Amino acid sequence: MKVSYFPGCSLHGTAREYGESIEAVCKILGIELKELDDWNCCGASSAHSTNEELAIALAARNLVMAGESGLKDLIIPCAACFQRTKVAEHTLLNNPDSYKDFAFKGEVKPKDLLSFICEDITFNVVKERIRKPLTGLKAVCYYGCLTMRPPKITGAKDYENPQNMDHLMEILGVEVYPWSYKTDCCGGSLVLTRPDIIRTLVNKLYEVALETGAECIVTACPLCQGNLDQRQEEISREFKKDYYLPIFYFTELMGLAMGDSEVDKWVGRHLVDPRRLLKSKNLL
Amino acid sequence: MVAEAIEIKKIKRNKGEISLADLVTKESGTEVYGCYQCQKCSTGCPTNFAMDILPHQIVRMVQLGLEKDVLTSKTIWVCASCYTCSTRCPNDIDIAYIMDALKKMALTHKVSLGEKDISTFHSSFLSSIKELGRVHELGMVRQYKIRSGGIFKDIPAIIKEAKLGWRMFRKGKLRLSPLRIKGVKDIKEIFQRGNL
Repeated sequence: MKVSYFPGCSLHGTAREYGESIEAVCKILGIELKELDDWNCCGASSAHSTNEELAIALAARNLVMAGESGLKDLIIPCAACFQRTKVAEHTLLNNPDSYKDFAFKGEVKPKDLLSFICEDITFNVVKERIRKPLTGLKAVCYYGCLTMRPPKITGAKDYENPQNMDHLMEILGVEVYPWSYKTDCCGGSLVLTRPDIIRTLVNKLYEVALETGAECIVTACPLCQGNLDQRQEEISREFKKDYYLPIFYFTELMGLAMGDSEVDKWVGRHLVDPRRLLKSKNLL
Repeated sequence: MVAEAIEIKKIKRNKGEISLADLVTKESGTEVYGCYQCQKCSTGCPTNFAMDILPHQIVRMVQLGLEKDVLTSKTIWVCASCYTCSTRCPNDIDIAYIMDALKKMALTHKVSLGEKDISTFHSSFLSSIKELGRVHELGMVRQYKIRSGGIFKDIPAIIKEAKLGWRMFRKGKLRLSPLRIKGVKDIKEIFQRGNL
């Protein structure tokens, strides 16, 4: 299966291991990722906070290029990129006159990576590729905001209590706990300007996750993973705790269960080193 | 968490000018007068603790035409655009979009910004896109720190951030050199389209 792939800016930088694990997992699953040639930044929160036309046009350029590629799916691993592309899709299809120079009539469907794997590739196919179940790993799944909200734009059905990542992790053998903070915001891009807000929000996520008995958190968004992984030490300091909560990308755990040889490299890039946890469960 | 009493200052409008509520309704595409103050938005807002005016109060003030209060608030900038409010509003009001509309108006009317650094961050982010077509994280952060005067403001914080940056770099997560896309010309045209 061949799909268009829009990694987004962070996968080439701070979320490098997400990109690496995605490519490896897709190879195992037989998905050929064709990176969108010359893609541009979707604009993220900064564009829509500044100028409507700019925000739509930036995402629209990628959409049009993907439409011209001939492939019918555009897979987007970053939640912000996904939401912004869906907004552009919505605008171009419903207000074609405002953006006449962006010729798009729905030639390609933007999809978030998690939904694509769960619904298009399906759980059964994932199950077949498992070499070593992740028995003993206790986790909560953290979905964040933008792959689901607003549901009118994203098309998400279970936006208050999503289940697809939970099921996917269960298939990998992970013990997944329910919790009520699945879709509570991590603060997103405020991390650089108001890290204090992120620390308060993320500390709450850690507290509730630990209350369930989870030993790690699984994410599907580079901003979420970044905010939960990179600031854990300073949050521990501020709230006088000693947190050790590895923060995985769901694709890293997929790669681990599927026996990929590079898992050590990916998780080695985290600031909260998961290797200690994984080794204690005989998973690495 | 409860906003303190705010001195009410209405910007004098000329007769016949469109009301703030109508302006925001037009800009955001959502019916501002539909709000009946159920407070669901404010209750579910993750950053409400950092706000000076709660989301439902912002909507009320927009209804009342209290331009100065809403446009100079911290609220519109610390909104994380998580869309929890808009998703849950029983009257389908897109509060998150109203926040965006107010941010844009604050910039257009050149008011004193409630969180200037957040606005500076957004423009640094966009500068990177305008120049390269993508965000070069290191370059963007550098520009933001310089423009916000962060370099001089809080030295211990800067040192901590630098240490974090160094750890990220050691992990191979910070590109040193920027990458420029081939279609940068397209991007510059897109920026011109938005008059930026």
